[in-house]
Amino acid sequence: MRATDRADLLACIPSLRRYTRGLTGDGDRADDLVQDTLERAWARFSMWQRRGEVRAWLFGIMHNHFVDRLRAQRARPEDGMGDDLPEVAQRPMQGDGLALRDVDRLLQRLSPEHREVLLLVGVEELAYQEVATLLAIPLGTVMSRLSRARAQLRVELQGTADGAATNRIQRVK
Amino acid sequence: MDDNPPLKAVESIGAPMTEAELHAYVDGRLGSARRAEVEAFLAARPDDRERVLDWQAQNLMLRAALGTVHDEPVPLRLTVRPPSPWPWRGLAAGLAIAAVSAGTAWSVRGALDAEAARIALATPPAQGVADEQRLSALAHRAAVAHVVYSPEVHRPVEVGADQEQALVTWLTKRLGTPVRAPALAAVGYELIGGRLLPGDAGPVAQFMYGSASGQRLTLYLSRDIAGQDTAFRFTKDGAVNVFFWREAGFGYAISAGADREELLRVSQEVYRQLKPS
Repeated sequence: MRATDRADLLACIPSLRRYTRGLTGDGDRADDLVQDTLERAWARFSMWQRRGEVRAWLFGIMHNHFVDRLRAQRARPEDGMGDDLPEVAQRPMQGDGLALRDVDRLLQRLSPEHREVLLLVGVEELAYQEVATLLAIPLGTVMSRLSRARAQLRVELQGTADGAATNRIQRVK
Repeated sequence: MDDNPPLKAVESIGAPMTEAELHAYVDGRLGSARRAEVEAFLAARPDDRERVLDWQAQNLMLRAALGTVHDEPVPLRLTVRPPSPWPWRGLAAGLAIAAVSAGTAWSVRGALDAEAARIALATPPAQGVADEQRLSALAHRAAVAHVVYSPEVHRPVEVGADQEQALVTWLTKRLGTPVRAPALAAVGYELIGGRLLPGDAGPVAQFMYGSASGQRLTLYLSRDIAGQDTAFRFTKDGAVNVFFWREAGFGYAISAGADREELLRVSQEVYRQLKPS
């Protein structure tokens, strides 16, 4: 692997971390997922034919890992992993930290499938067709998931309009 | 609301306006001509306009909150590349773990450095020697993993013993070979749970056990450890005693602060239970 390839991969880590944080709602689990993805990416780099952008390729690997984990979790009668993590595990951040935790909770109310599409489009700013390719679903499914995710998020935000959580979130706008 | 077809066409002035186009407008995916048409459409449709504004606000909110994660320094463990030619991969992972753990781990790191120097000087190692080095590298990694995870009070394992079946299923799937946690109650240890860790060439499993007195013990299990079956080996990394051996392509290492005799007793029990019949 050339040094530039390595640099390309490393340059993607911040956006991989941002995306997995949105998916998992938990910093440690997010970084575990990033680590798994990078492990597989290093191992397979020679097989990657540069058919597309390296970031989309990494996101594809991550999607497969994420789906594997979901299946493993769904196979369990009860998944309490990480739910009782102490709040102190959070990286201390001024102001924005609160918003991040609120957004974590908000996103966890969406189904994983909706969350993926919403984040890939809205935060990672991938084109709809890129998302379809990456998730191996038809374009129409991308659009309907996006539509439902946004509709549900609207309801969630309106539903807690008087709550402190939303006030904090709106401060970010 | 999810029952409604989400992509119904909304009536429009010029060309038919679809909901998909409203999303494309929000996500900046329309050409300027169509964008102007959407804006004209929205000007006459307060409800749709409200909806589009909310979607835009959602994007901004998500980007702002998750942007803090994007802008954080990347944790060390994610930047260490496991290089492909063996032993460096294991060494790099070991070093990364050692670097973030305190105390005893430093002495383990010293051992790894020494081994790195030894391996670097031996060119090229004979197959038998390489097998030996791989096995002792496994013991070092097991010791580091023990030092790092066994003092954890809140999260010593990824999956607890209350979900033993799920744990075993998961690890079996990830290691690609049947894995199970030996029952060690007879020798005084109860299963706490387990986790998946990066090994020399792929995933490895760590099972953690605890005794009534609070002593912790870990079983580190790696597949595809090439070489002949071996007898029990013993090594000491700082305060951690390790028994390790290779059997039918699996590498095993049992680490604990317990003394050598007790550890040997446990190792024999593990060997008895996990030996392929």
